[in-house]
Amino acid sequence: MAGVTTFTTRAALPDGLAVVVRSDCPTCRLIVPVLAQLAEGGASLTILTQDGPGFPPGLSCIDDSSLDLSFALGIDTVPTVVRLAGGREVARAAGWSRDEWEKVCSSTGLGPGLPGYRPGCGSLTQDPALEDRRAGQWARAHLASRRIPLGELEDEAEAMFERGWTDGLPVVAPTEARVARMLSGTSRDPGEVVAVVPPDMAEATVEKVAVNAVLAGCRPEYLPVVLAAVEAACTPEFNAHGVLATTYFPGPVVIVNGPLARAIGMNSGINALGPGNRANATIGRALQLVIRNVGGGRPGEVDRATLGQPGKYTFCFAEDEQGSPWEPLSVERGLPPGTSAVTVFAGEAPRAVFDQLSREPSSLVRTYAACLRTVAHPKWPVAYDAVLVVSPEHGEVFRRAGWSKDRLRAELDELLQLPVEELVQGAGGMAEGIPPRWAETNRTLPKLRPGGLLVVHAGGRAGLFSAIIGSWVSGPAGSEPVTKEVRA
Amino acid sequence: MSTAGTSTPPPGPRVLLDPTSERVPSKRPRAPRPASLSGATIGLLDISKSRGDVFLDRIADHLSRRGLRVERYSKPTFTKPAPVDLRHRIATTCDVVIEALAD
Repeated sequence: MAGVTTFTTRAALPDGLAVVVRSDCPTCRLIVPVLAQLAEGGASLTILTQDGPGFPPGLSCIDDSSLDLSFALGIDTVPTVVRLAGGREVARAAGWSRDEWEKVCSSTGLGPGLPGYRPGCGSLTQDPALEDRRAGQWARAHLASRRIPLGELEDEAEAMFERGWTDGLPVVAPTEARVARMLSGTSRDPGEVVAVVPPDMAEATVEKVAVNAVLAGCRPEYLPVVLAAVEAACTPEFNAHGVLATTYFPGPVVIVNGPLARAIGMNSGINALGPGNRANATIGRALQLVIRNVGGGRPGEVDRATLGQPGKYTFCFAEDEQGSPWEPLSVERGLPPGTSAVTVFAGEAPRAVFDQLSREPSSLVRTYAACLRTVAHPKWPVAYDAVLVVSPEHGEVFRRAGWSKDRLRAELDELLQLPVEELVQGAGGMAEGIPPRWAETNRTLPKLRPGGLLVVHAGGRAGLFSAIIGSWVSGPAGSEPVTKEVRA
Repeated sequence: MSTAGTSTPPPGPRVLLDPTSERVPSKRPRAPRPASLSGATIGLLDISKSRGDVFLDRIADHLSRRGLRVERYSKPTFTKPAPVDLRHRIATTCDVVIEALAD
């Protein structure tokens, strides 16, 4: 991650040598004769002084106390000499080393009488107190969101609750500096439109997503995942409007695959579906806050859920790919291996699958089938999808027996062909069920439509449990799972 | 260390960036209620929720018996907003719409 250097624009310096110094650095003072020597020798020399003009004495210099040029050059040590040619850096040396300076300056006999080597001092750009100021300056120049000044006596957290920006939990204040830092997590332009967010069909720019990612508590390196999740959730196939507006339970479940999940420290292990990991918790929350704040989708307004579920605060986890007996979800869904991706699924809360005795896949798959049958209602076929989260100990049962994911799915499909006489309205003393006319034309109906089961591997090493996440109305009539590649 | 490049700016008001779409909702007045239904074309919109048709069949029955003209419409799925074409057709054909949001 680029850190503060992101908040710079490339500085135009003349070709030749640029030397960055500060007056209170002993090494910089030591090499003043070298600078004089270079200037006298006719080199094209630009001296940049970080702590104001007047140093080095007797030589002309540029006052870089704004540090703009030092940031632009990426200076971390003074003195540093940089050779520029055609507007690009071609060589640099940091600190004082006669050999290195002579190479960079294409000179010989520099600094006679000076020691051959002296380390430099820290550049003022390395002062941590500067970062906020730089980020704030950058934000003022580049960000378009409306500025909301808080009253002197206003409590920050309370002010954000009062403005309706939160899901009921406290949020992090989106200051200019924080939003600027968040945007350092992506190379995308802040003004780029990521998606049109229902229900208001409002455009979400990279900047607006970043503001909400700050609210949610994300770190900048999570932003690309949040952006991909927003893109995926705002496709017509996912139908975020319906997912939000329904009286049923769903919220967007975000499943993350690929190297980025590990790189940003997502949890795919112990408590993968639960709390305790910042990336999991805040990425899922950021997506929901985008829908709330940019899309205008708020509970009790367009969100008409009868009961809702706690996963609507946040529901995001990574797949444990390394420990999996199978190919990752993203690969199964058509992306090349090694690609970082998010898959969004309109899911209810996870339900437990308990099976501590099955040692053979033929037994375990029957447990899965029995539990999957209960999604929405044991008497309802076809209408609902599911994510099956297979834990490592259950996964091991399939690995040992050499069952592929396709095999697992095929066996489940067979076991989940439900006899219509058990499904029809009134059967089993339950009014709910399929209309009688469906029973006239079919002997069995599948619980899951083709492609309606996503299989993911996650969880702690110990525990013979898996989980099922049931869907909302599936397919074109409701919501389709959507997978998107994560772009840097 | 010299602080020439790092002096903190004087404290100002805390400023936050607006996380919303910054839209100002425009308010449109409701269409005037008709004083009478006589001569009106009445649209019945079934959003395709279970048993909405049962409700609308009864309404259609009542309205037709009063000699009113009834047009039936349905959304392809209750899970998504009505398609633009459908909304346009209803708006240009009907004077009054009754929608069944049944469950």
